[in-house]
Order: sequence, then structure tokens, then C-alpha cells
Amino acid sequence: MDLSYSDEERAFREDVRAFLAEKLPKDLSDKVKRGEELGKEGHERWHAILNDQGWLATNWPKEFGGAAWNAVQRHIFEEEAAAHHAPRIVPFGLSMLAPVLQKFGSKEQQDYWLPRILSGEDWWCQGYSEPGAGSDLASLKTTAVKDGDHYIVNGQKTWTTLGQHANMIFCLVRTDKDVKQQEGISFLLIDMDTPGITVRPIILLDGSAEVNEVFFDNVKVPAENLVGEENKGWTYAKYLLTHERTNIAGVGFSQAGLSAVKRIAKSEMAGGRPLIENPHFAARVAQAEIDLMAMATTNLRIISKAAAGQAPGVESSMLKVKGTIIRQEINDLARRAAGVYAMPFASEAVAGSNDALPDPNDAGPVAAQYFNNRKLSIFGGSNEIQRQIIAKTMLGGAK
Amino acid sequence: MNFDLTEERQMLQDSLRRFLRDKYDTATRNGILESDAGFSAEIWNGLAELGVIGALFTEEQGGFGGAGFDVTTVFEELGRAGVVEPLLDSAVLAGGLIADLGNETQQEHVEALIGGELQLAFAHGEPGSRYDLNRVTSTAAQNGSDIVLNGRKAVVANAEAADMLVVSARESGEAGDEAGISLFLVPADAKGLTVTGYALLAGGRAAEVTLDDVTLPESARLGAAGKAFDAIEARTAVATTALCAETLGAMETACTLTREYLGTRKQFGRPIGSFQALAHRMSDLLIDLEQARSAVINAAGHLADDRASRERHVSAAKNLMGRVGRLVSEDSIQMHGGIAMTQEYELAHIAKRITIADHRFGDTDHHLERFIALSAA
Repeated sequence: MDLSYSDEERAFREDVRAFLAEKLPKDLSDKVKRGEELGKEGHERWHAILNDQGWLATNWPKEFGGAAWNAVQRHIFEEEAAAHHAPRIVPFGLSMLAPVLQKFGSKEQQDYWLPRILSGEDWWCQGYSEPGAGSDLASLKTTAVKDGDHYIVNGQKTWTTLGQHANMIFCLVRTDKDVKQQEGISFLLIDMDTPGITVRPIILLDGSAEVNEVFFDNVKVPAENLVGEENKGWTYAKYLLTHERTNIAGVGFSQAGLSAVKRIAKSEMAGGRPLIENPHFAARVAQAEIDLMAMATTNLRIISKAAAGQAPGVESSMLKVKGTIIRQEINDLARRAAGVYAMPFASEAVAGSNDALPDPNDAGPVAAQYFNNRKLSIFGGSNEIQRQIIAKTMLGGAK
Repeated sequence: MNFDLTEERQMLQDSLRRFLRDKYDTATRNGILESDAGFSAEIWNGLAELGVIGALFTEEQGGFGGAGFDVTTVFEELGRAGVVEPLLDSAVLAGGLIADLGNETQQEHVEALIGGELQLAFAHGEPGSRYDLNRVTSTAAQNGSDIVLNGRKAVVANAEAADMLVVSARESGEAGDEAGISLFLVPADAKGLTVTGYALLAGGRAAEVTLDDVTLPESARLGAAGKAFDAIEARTAVATTALCAETLGAMETACTLTREYLGTRKQFGRPIGSFQALAHRMSDLLIDLEQARSAVINAAGHLADDRASRERHVSAAKNLMGRVGRLVSEDSIQMHGGIAMTQEYELAHIAKRITIADHRFGDTDHHLERFIALSAA
């Protein structure tokens, strides 16, 4: 047992820090720090900076132009990026679609689509969930019917994150209704500019417009945009979900969030003293920090296994549940800390101009973030679904 | 012992519930949320006509209620419908303070308020006061026969709409002293008064209010000089109880929506409420909802007690509502899934009302500490 990083890993961390100190634009890190939306341009700029460094596709093999980092390197980068308030890397093309194309796509698809992900030419979004297919994803109803050298797609997708910026969407569609649900699903790549596609924003309870509904009305998709084999899409989707769960614990986000809580609580006064000195509040912060310290080590234990080539199984479900509980608890602490200044609707801050915010503690839109991050325990397989996976695996067939 | 509403309160509850069911659906309310004013004058007048504002005042004060259970009957209904009109600020707080402390001339404002013709705001909290009622640093200085106010007030609800503000300021002593605080009636157009408004996350509007040599005649003082603290604390107790009742109403709606959703939403070929993991969570919410109802009854039933008993019950209620509120708000959203995160779904607004209530008049922790202190005394 040795809790220290190796010399190589420590040197790597120093490289990452130096890079972030030099190359991370201050206007972007300021926005991230204050919980503001970056906009399309902000994301694209950060992606381009990472791509120039060769650090954009950290999980891709070298043959596809990736950095081929191992799990420990990726963890170090994610930790440092969160501590420096770097924008998150939009995952849809890079860490969700790309691994599927690399494993199941044709040579032509790999040669065409992968470089466009790196260059930022394509912005991908994910067409999985439907109004009637959330936790029960396999019950999806959007259909694709073969018509000569095309598919005709009809139906609706929802919760499409940042779909308003996307020019491409990868979709799970039903190509066979007469077999077991999971056996009639295919994986299609669809150009968002095709006639018949309508994108409608969904305004969330914090006022943000990051998710969308996408409607398909007789949309013509070239047959060559089918990934792999027809009716094998469920296999590819499950493979993709294992990649969606990288950085699932969100340790870096929680660490950055906890620092923010402490900063707010040092400035906010309660009973004439800084709130951080209030024993009751201090106990809440300490409790979260103790949980986070243990979870960070759980995360590293699983990462070390993965770095040694063992695929994480049920552990990633455990990390999802614990990681989101801790992150949401830290969001709750931040809104508590802000006191009466959690009440203003910081839509101005979310939209990017925060002059109207009256908060003397510079807490940012903490209550809006608290509400927005209720999504963490809902999306990517809700925490109930994760618990079911754990129960099925560990207890054997529990229902 | 009798836990039934009196006939009058039952009628009030029925007519208010009917009015809000007819006039205050989700789409209408969301339209009000996005309006510049942040509330509807039409709804306000409707509530006044219905006698809802009058129900918050005693007969002596020109109303026909004013007891704890009158206040909680009204606010539970407002909470069920997620009403954002400023009854708490205009009527219970500012109007209540005028009714409690005002001389005959000042009392006339209460009559106008009950008739729906006047908007008020209570400007008390300051950027460094958090939830402490005694931490007033704004000053009131005598200058000949005038009084001059200076200072800043934080997150003053309804300040922009108010025709008149009830402003607290210190005439003597230090920040944190109970003695030395006075209240003043400040017209909205007073020179040196600046109101910088913004929308609130859970609906309605508030403002930062600055007082820069605001000069008033001595007749603007409400009650005796330097002796307003007891009245502020007692009024805040009524307002806190009202807010607890409002939160109870909101939690009833959250639980109703969640129960219905569990029964109708199907995944894996069956209603999701048939999964035991969700059914048990729903049961826990319903158990805690009854705890919340009792806590509100306890607070309302002891509002007329002596200070120690009144405040102890109010702090107990506010602490419990904070804890149960978090559970109900978070679990209702979680059991719904993404749909509850969307602005157009009723629960989104209701959940925000529940959570943001924890940020007014002291949060869960503040009232836990206060309960400990009051219990030791």
C-alpha cells in the first residue's frame, strides 16, 4: 500500500499545472468559477487550445490522434483542470461517440468523422432519451425505416444537452419492432441541418437553456451513416455508457466546490463572526470534506485497477451514486452559506453579465447551481438505476 | 382539544382555494413570474376583495382575523398554488408593524392596505446581518426636528412596488444591541432613497435599498424611539409562521404531484410507483408532511404566548420545515426525473419556493441554535 503518486505522475501533474497557468484564458476560467455559461465560442476556444497541445482526446489511442493517457493521468488532469476552473470538455463527440466509432465504425467513418471531432468542425450531441424512454431507455420509439439508400427517421428525442450548438447528432433508433426491444435498435449519425429536424429549447428551473427536444419528421439519413450493423445499436450504446462514466465521481468538481463554500463562508458574517467559525456550519463543511476525502481514495483505487487494465464494473455505479450525493451536498452548503443572498435570481450571471448581482460575498448563482445540479442524480442512468445495477450484481437478481 | 378549522376559517380556505384554482394555474403564474412587476395587480385586488388581506389583521386593526390560525389558513393556500404576490411583505410584515405600533394617523395605512390600495415593504436586514434581527447598523440621527437616515438594506422584498417602506435604523447603541432600534415610515419618493431591484429565484422581486441622508419629520417614526426590537421580533415570529404554512402548502402540492406521477409514469412496463424503492421514499415524504403540518400548528397555536414560548415554537417549526422541505423538494424532483427540472412543470416552481423559504427569517441551522438557546433560558 502506498498512497503517493510515482515520480512520473508527479512530473505529469507539474506539466499540467504549467500548461493551465499559461494557456487557460482568464475570461473562461472566471466564467467557470462564477458558474456562468460559456457559450459555443468559449467551449470551441478551449477545445482548440487543448487540441493544439495534443491534450484534447486524452482517452483516444495514438493511432487516431489521441493522447492515450492512462486512467491515473486522466484523473490528474481532471483534478487540476477543476482546481484551475478550466471549462469541462464537452464529452459527446470526444468521449462518447469516438470510442464507438473506433471500435465499431467502418474505416471510412473513422477517417471522416474522427479528425472533424478533433478540429471542432463537428459539434455532436446525443439522441438517446425520449419522453417515454428515460430510465427504460430500451423502450425508445423513434423509428428508422430503410428506403433504398436512405433511412427515413420519425420520432422525438429529449434532454439533448447543448443540442442548440450541435450540427450532428448520434441517435438510437428502432429499426425492428417485431423482436425483443434491445434487439431492434440501431445507431445512426444524423446531420442536424437535414430538412424535417426541429430543435426546441427546454428551459430548466434555474432559467438555463442547456437541454433541448429534437423532433424528426420524415428525416432522410444516408444509409452509410449507420454505425456497425443494423439492430446491434444496443450493444454499442452499452459500450458508450461505460465511457460516459469516466470521471463519473466528479472529485475535481467537488474539491473546487468545497473551496468555494469555504471562501463564501469566510466572507459571510453570522452573529458578527465569519460563518466559517460557526460550529454548526463548520461541522457541515467538515462532514462533506471527510466524505470527499474517502471518496477521492475510492476513486483512485478504482482508477488504479483500470490503469492496470481491469475494466471497472459495479464500482462505477458506486462512484456515480456517492459522487453525486457529495457534489449535491456541497451545492447545498454553498446555497446555505450565501444566506439571504441566495435568493436573487442570478439569470444575468448565468447569461454572462453579472453587474446586477447584489451579493457582497461574490458567491455567484449558488442557488441556481444547486437546482441545476439536481440533474446529477437523474441523468447518465439515475441513482436508482445505479443502485439496481449494484443490487443485481451483488445480490443476484434482486428486483 | 379540537383540530378542526372554525366555520369562518373553513369558508376562507374554501373560497381562497377556489379563487386560486380558477385564476392561478401554472401558465398564468409563470406569466406573472416573467412580468416586469413580478406580481399581478389583478390577483392582488382579487385577494383583497376576497378578504384575504383583512383576514391577517384583528378587528381592532380593521380586519376580521389576525390570529395565528387565520394567518396559517391563508398562507397554506397561497403555498399550495405557489402564489408570488407579496402578502408576506406588504401585509404581514410591513402592514403588521404599522398595525402593531402606529398612531391613529399611521393606522390609516392599514385600512388602505386591507382595501388593496397600498403596497408596503419592510427594509430591515443588511448585508452583514444574515439572519440576526438585532444587527442593525443603519443610523437615524436627530437634526433639529428632523430625522436623517443613512445605511444599506439587503434583499428587501417588494421594495420597488412599495408606496412606502418601513425602515429600521439605529438611534443608539452598537450593532447587535436590541435596544436603540427604531422604525420609520419612508415614502417611496423620499429624496436620498435608492432602490435597485432584481428578480428572485423563486418568484417576486427584491431590491438593495440605500439610504443617503434621507430626511424625515419626526412624525415618520413608528412607535417609541429606540424601542422597536420587541415589535420586530414578534412580527417576524408571525411572518415566520406564515412562511412555514406557505411551505407546508407547497409541500402538499409537491407530494400530490409526485404521488400522481408515480401512479401514471410507466417504465419497464409498469407504473414506477410499483417499484418498492420509490414507494417507500414516497411513504417517507408523506410521514414527514404530517410532521410539518403539526409543526405549523404548534407555531400558530403559540403565537400569542409570552416571548420565550412563542419564539421557541417558531424556531422549532422553522428548523423542521427546513429539514423536511429539503427532503420533499429534492426527493419529489428525483422521483419525477428530468420533467420536474423543467420550468413549465408545476413542481419546478413549487420546489424553488420550498427551498428558498429556508433563506428567509433564518435557516435550519440558525433556528436549531436559537432553539437550543431558548430552551436553555
